[in-house]
Amino acid sequence: MNSVDVTMALVVGGLFTAGFHLMLQRSLMRIVFGFILLGHGTNLLLLVVGGSPGRPPVLDGEETAPTADPLPQAMALTAIVITFGLTVFLVALAYRSWRLSGHDEVRDDVEDRRIGTARERARNEPGPEHDAHGTTNGGNR
Amino acid sequence: MTGALPALPVLLPVLGAGLVLFPLPHAVVRALSTGVLTVVLVCEAALLVLADSRGPQVLHVGGWPAPLGVTLVADRLSALLLTVSTLVALAVLVFAIGQGTAEERPRAAVVFHLAYLLLVTGVSLAFLSGDLFNLFVAFEVMLAASYVLITLDADESRTSAGMTYTIVSLTSSLLFLSLIALVYAATGTVTLAQLGPRLAELPDGLNGAFALLLLSVLGIKTAIIPMHFWLPDSYPTAPSPITAVFAALLTKVGVYALLRTQTLLFPRTDVWTLLACAAIITMIVGILGAIAQDDLNRLLSFTLVSHIGYMLFGLALFDTRGLTGSILYVVHHIVVQAALFLAAGLVVGRAGTAALHRMTRRPYPGVLVVALFAVPAMSLSGIPPFSGFIAKLALLQAGAAQGGPAAYALAASALLTSLLTLYAMTRVWTAALTARAPAHGEEPPPEPDTPTARTSGTGRLMLAAAAGMTVTGLAIAVWAGPLADLGTRAAEDLLHPQAYRSAVLGEGNR
Repeated sequence: MNSVDVTMALVVGGLFTAGFHLMLQRSLMRIVFGFILLGHGTNLLLLVVGGSPGRPPVLDGEETAPTADPLPQAMALTAIVITFGLTVFLVALAYRSWRLSGHDEVRDDVEDRRIGTARERARNEPGPEHDAHGTTNGGNR
Repeated sequence: MTGALPALPVLLPVLGAGLVLFPLPHAVVRALSTGVLTVVLVCEAALLVLADSRGPQVLHVGGWPAPLGVTLVADRLSALLLTVSTLVALAVLVFAIGQGTAEERPRAAVVFHLAYLLLVTGVSLAFLSGDLFNLFVAFEVMLAASYVLITLDADESRTSAGMTYTIVSLTSSLLFLSLIALVYAATGTVTLAQLGPRLAELPDGLNGAFALLLLSVLGIKTAIIPMHFWLPDSYPTAPSPITAVFAALLTKVGVYALLRTQTLLFPRTDVWTLLACAAIITMIVGILGAIAQDDLNRLLSFTLVSHIGYMLFGLALFDTRGLTGSILYVVHHIVVQAALFLAAGLVVGRAGTAALHRMTRRPYPGVLVVALFAVPAMSLSGIPPFSGFIAKLALLQAGAAQGGPAAYALAASALLTSLLTLYAMTRVWTAALTARAPAHGEEPPPEPDTPTARTSGTGRLMLAAAAGMTVTGLAIAVWAGPLADLGTRAAEDLLHPQAYRSAVLGEGNR
């Protein structure tokens, strides 16, 4: 297919890297920012895959010059609407979580905590092993 | 008239959701959403009959033909799952109305009905969508509604659980979107019917990478074991009807998407060892997690994760018998898991606690509630006369017929998981459902932070809805023969998608 613009590829890669890095943080606000960056990266990727830019894809009869591919643009528009809406929801949720709990840290996993308290009491309760490492703060496991 | 039929399961709930926004009396809102779901159910039953007798029903929305416009396709598998899932959604809605979930405040009730109808819209669209991007949009509609439902009127613990759920789902959605972008760059289309041959032309490495990325994206949504961790943390925190509808529908939509995309886009002729391993791990680790739990809803959530493994079992075998088994299992599991969560809601409502070790000291919940829990529990464990036995038998026969080492390993772990499921259900039985029998066996683990008991309710509607689900589960067992035939035909369609392709793209255009 078409060749890819290196700058765009680097920007998309950078957004993905920064997004995932932020999502692995402990603070909710950073996770939200990570999601925003990741969303931008994805939307940009959708635009990049449309190939090289061209005339607006509007047909008015006589022109025959190659137009830009309209399908990725339509998909990117839809995706932008969706990511925007969900970002707003996420920010509202983070705010509510902060209002209710007074901090914006991701809490420990329930099973983790149970195993921890059990160990403190020196009781040998067999915790479910697969969840011992299933903490809730990893977004992309 | 029948041409527009595939649009109705999507259109009616979304219009209903719009109407709910108007300031209507409470009773009207309830009647509206129940009525909409009933009409949708009738449409879907008609769609199932049409798809079974005349082949896939295709609607090109707005008259734009397949590779350009939005295409809705209802073949046997989609129509079957549509019908079953709407039936369950209707029963759960009746249960929720009976329980008065989130209906203490009128605003919350409106939001509940709105989000519920949008959830059904998303589920229907996911079953009907004929291209990858539309599938993504359907997932988003469904998940956005579920984010609202899980955090509706939430306290602190539910908010943080909802946060986990939302962020994990959003991450997998963004990965899905990246996959769509990459697939479009490589093939120039996102229509499912066109993608199969075009993906086959790609280099093996690229094709394999797409298959794996799709598996991990849908694996997060389906809760396949290394990617399941969000589910038992988030589902049990919601009120029981919401947990029931999530457990019944959301993961099954992921399974449907796996069945549809893997057979249509990445067809293969041999056993898929990677998915077989994932299925085995999912079954065994999930059920071990269930046994370790003390909270009833958490226990059921882990059995849900575990039994996803059975649905992957059939897909991993990748032949007609295996896929038939998977389809039967999905149908059985949608109904039975919803019935179990509804019955658990009744049990928790009567006992006032969800912790098993406290239930031993609570009064007997009554014969009817016990029966409503016991029948789906036995069905889930695969005791003979019930639907779980039939679905499991189909899978085990498929494994035996295939005969490779992976198939035997799958069959062995499926049997072990059934046994352990029975053990987990027996624990619930001794703790919660016997008349004050002292719990024998092991000491239940201490629970420092038991979730507070949910609002109790003993309305007749709740009992009727739970009973309806249980009876539907029994009906699946009674009509197992015709259902298995339908499942076989649907599995044949999946493995030989020529009819699907020519229906979507038009004759001679494939």
